[in-house]
Amino acid sequence: MVEEATTVNVARIREDFPVLKRQVNDKPLIYFDNAATSQKPNAVIDAIYRYYREYNANIHRGIHKLAEEATLAHEEAREKVAKFINAQRASEIVFTRNATEALNLVAHSWGKANVGKGDKIVVSIMEHHSNIVPWQLLAEEKGARVEFVKIDKNGELRQDEVQELIDERTRMVGLTHASNVLGTINPVRDIARTAHRFHAVFVVDAAQSVPHMAVDVRDMECDFAAFSGHKMMGPTGIGVLYGKTELLESMPPFLSGGEMIREVHMAGASWKDLPYKFEAGTPNISGAIGLGAAVDYLRAVGMKNVYDHENQLTRYALDKMKQVEGLEIYGPLNADRRVGVISFNLGDIHPHDLASILDEDGIAIRSGHQCAQPLMEFLQVPATSRASFYIYNTKEEVDVFIEALEKARKIFAR
Amino acid sequence: MSSDIYKDIILDYYRHPRNSGNLPDPDVRAKDSNPLCGDIIEMQLKIKDGKVDDIRFNGKGCAISQASASMLTEVVKGKTLNEVKEMGKPDVLELLGIDPGPTRIKCALLGLKVLKLAVYLHLGQAVTEEVKQLV
Repeated sequence: MVEEATTVNVARIREDFPVLKRQVNDKPLIYFDNAATSQKPNAVIDAIYRYYREYNANIHRGIHKLAEEATLAHEEAREKVAKFINAQRASEIVFTRNATEALNLVAHSWGKANVGKGDKIVVSIMEHHSNIVPWQLLAEEKGARVEFVKIDKNGELRQDEVQELIDERTRMVGLTHASNVLGTINPVRDIARTAHRFHAVFVVDAAQSVPHMAVDVRDMECDFAAFSGHKMMGPTGIGVLYGKTELLESMPPFLSGGEMIREVHMAGASWKDLPYKFEAGTPNISGAIGLGAAVDYLRAVGMKNVYDHENQLTRYALDKMKQVEGLEIYGPLNADRRVGVISFNLGDIHPHDLASILDEDGIAIRSGHQCAQPLMEFLQVPATSRASFYIYNTKEEVDVFIEALEKARKIFAR
Repeated sequence: MSSDIYKDIILDYYRHPRNSGNLPDPDVRAKDSNPLCGDIIEMQLKIKDGKVDDIRFNGKGCAISQASASMLTEVVKGKTLNEVKEMGKPDVLELLGIDPGPTRIKCALLGLKVLKLAVYLHLGQAVTEEVKQLV
């Protein structure tokens, strides 16, 4: 691992994000919707701009200078991502459109070849729809079934259900590293070991963890991990599937066509080596280059600094929010057990009404079912509001947010 | 968005919805939801001589969706079914007295959509694209 910086100057970091200078409804923007997508630093915007202005070309096949430069930049981005999550090889990094597509790749390629009638897929109740629906469709097609590990009153996985549900019929265990609703950080390595004891494959949805904390796929002992570039300061349209070499090698292609073939004859075709076997068609070249720049930026800040800053901010926000009358927080109340994602409801104010009132003060939060309807059903709430932080957010912004919550409470108390 | 979106009148209808509940013997009922936010509205109508004789609504959701549905039930009483079919977005905005803006307009129009669904259902007519696209 490259040595990382040890101090963090948030004011300096904010200078790198042009959108943070914006006014919304004549108030400074307070962007608390980072779990949906993060803002982008100049370094990322410039990297994409430079690619299109200076060396735009299709990659891998061209012999000319521009093609060479573009191919190099694209593959450098893959190496940066591999190092960032401590994959053993760059070829274990498959570029996809987003985490959802990465999980679909596993369900379609590995799943169709390995899951059969009567088999079991175990996921948790706190999964995003993207780590539920692909498995439900697979189970339906194969006559398998999907079972859910529930959570306790603190919003943490029920270990008794983990032990009970994962058994010899289990082919796959899917788990979010950090919940996009509760913020809960799950004990992924423990679950990996339980899954592996029964020879099940362990898939981690790392969309909310890779952007916010140091993630080491080998330390997690996962077989696959999926995440999106746009939640970690990169552009939209680029995501990552990490997979262990021996698994990726054993799997059939997902999408097929150009770029992914070695040879095509009228009688059939053969595939390229990893990771290109899974990257059909001209890829999102600028997206990968932008993601590479995002990884550079995050490494320069230091992932420990990112985590520590958000951890302090989360603790501060939780303490303040607990004092707002009628405010209910979902998930662990201990900031050390969660990432900087706080879902809540304020009295009987509908989350959409709350989001509208906060928007008047330039505060961007999320409201709705957060793409986690099974969890909403389990919590017995139709929807929640959600504030989520990143390295560029401040305690002063949290203070304005708390004031706005009080204002909303007063409006609805009339 | 206008800063007075949560005017007293909207909150009043949200807190004290008029015509909320069930009719003992409705001639037609319709229900729909906004998939984006899960807001639900059901309308129950009593029809007499081609006019809305009585109406109740049930629902769950944000202040905008519930208040606008309640306001609608008040103004459609006594209207002919054809008059209800003619109603549109401007009528709802007039009732609310504000434009909730592009992200919230669907909340405001859910009640109207359900009301129209009920009318088309009662008349045995196919629902128009215009109605389907209200929310």
